Amino acid sequence: MAATETPAMAATDEALAEAQSRPSIAELWLVLGTVPDPEIPVVSVVELGILRSVEWDVAEPSTLIVVVTPTYSGCPATELIASSIREALAAAGVARVRLETQLFPAWTTDWIAAEARRKLREFGIAPPGGVRTLSATTAIDVAGISPLRSSGVAVACPRCRSLRTRLLSQFGSTACKAQYRCLDCLEPFDYFKPH
Amino acid sequence: MNPDEQLFQYLLRLGDSPLILAQRLGEWVGHGPVLEEDIAQTNVGLDLLGQARLWLSYAGEVEARFAAAGRDEDQLAFLRDSGEFRNLLLVEQPNGSFADTMSRQFLFDAWHLLLLRALAGSNDARIAGIAAKGAKEATYHAERSGDWVIRLGDGTSESHLRMQRAIDDLWMYTGEMFVPDAAELALAEAGIAADVRALAAPWRQHVRTVLTEATLEVPGDAFMQKGGKQGVHTEHLGHLLAEMQFLERAYPGARW
Repeated sequence: MAATETPAMAATDEALAEAQSRPSIAELWLVLGTVPDPEIPVVSVVELGILRSVEWDVAEPSTLIVVVTPTYSGCPATELIASSIREALAAAGVARVRLETQLFPAWTTDWIAAEARRKLREFGIAPPGGVRTLSATTAIDVAGISPLRSSGVAVACPRCRSLRTRLLSQFGSTACKAQYRCLDCLEPFDYFKPH
Repeated sequence: MNPDEQLFQYLLRLGDSPLILAQRLGEWVGHGPVLEEDIAQTNVGLDLLGQARLWLSYAGEVEARFAAAGRDEDQLAFLRDSGEFRNLLLVEQPNGSFADTMSRQFLFDAWHLLLLRALAGSNDARIAGIAAKGAKEATYHAERSGDWVIRLGDGTSESHLRMQRAIDDLWMYTGEMFVPDAAELALAEAGIAADVRALAAPWRQHVRTVLTEATLEVPGDAFMQKGGKQGVHTEHLGHLLAEMQFLERAYPGARW
């Protein structure tokens, strides 16, 4: 007579089988690389640098731990990003995901991938880190109001590349962006603020 | 008060000021003088709301250590009455005109930035993490509100007049920002809280520099209001809470 398996053993075997058939971490990074940022869909959450680590749980080998750091404390996209990550992983066969939020070290725009900077510019958003200059924003203000001071950084227009641009507002369509206007092609544009 | 109770009270103070100011800034939605500033105003509010959520979530976890149950961020925001709020009196003052709002923001931002920078060095890793993140955001807030104080102070005679009046009217609410109580001092002693007395000199220096550039006068030190940190508020807070808490109180547990 064959020994009957206890439910506990069956569960362990199942977990082991699951662990063997699970996708590799490298494959999962590729999957996560397809999850777009909801506000700037040309850039993935991986390129944005908000995914800090992806690894299988040691105690529970069928659970994937994904560590995310928010761009801004009040970023309204955080919850949507979390559900998009879960969906993409579920489609790749990872059912159990534990999302952890990590505040420290705080996210910085330095973590945005070089490739993503190019994509941002093509999308019409000036990537973070302008060119230091002295007289970047001393334009004539037609309203007769003194211009907003800026930190002496000239931001190149993502359309015509002109450095003759000026700050309109420290906050643009989202908290992470400022609004600028190009004084040459006259187009307004968003600037992803260094953070 | 045991150390956890002290920490809970301190976290309420850290969270309530940005929460109440975020609510005030939210009142500007659709009423900004220009579209760019309407958006900027609410983006600053959003940053502050995000910070408030982090502080209040932590407060609820600390509360669970000494009370039967800790409250979550929503319970703390929507189910406390005005006497239980620990925000600064400054942030509950009405929006008034754009000059009043920007003056309130400027006086607060300068203090908030100094506070968050100091707290980034807290012995409590959670406090340090929230503060370091918040300080990055507050840097942009302070830059923006300082810019507007200069722009409007050194602007037309009308804008200058309104800015001076706004700064004068709000000045009496700035004193309590630098007055710690015994619990706060005990936490500062332990390296957890910031000693707000040390923020007074750099704050004054910054405010003086900006107001001078704005051709505005620094108000003289007269009577200073206090009580926000102890839950003794101006009449404005109750009205603000009536609006902020209405939904949760009328439809308890309502979800999107």
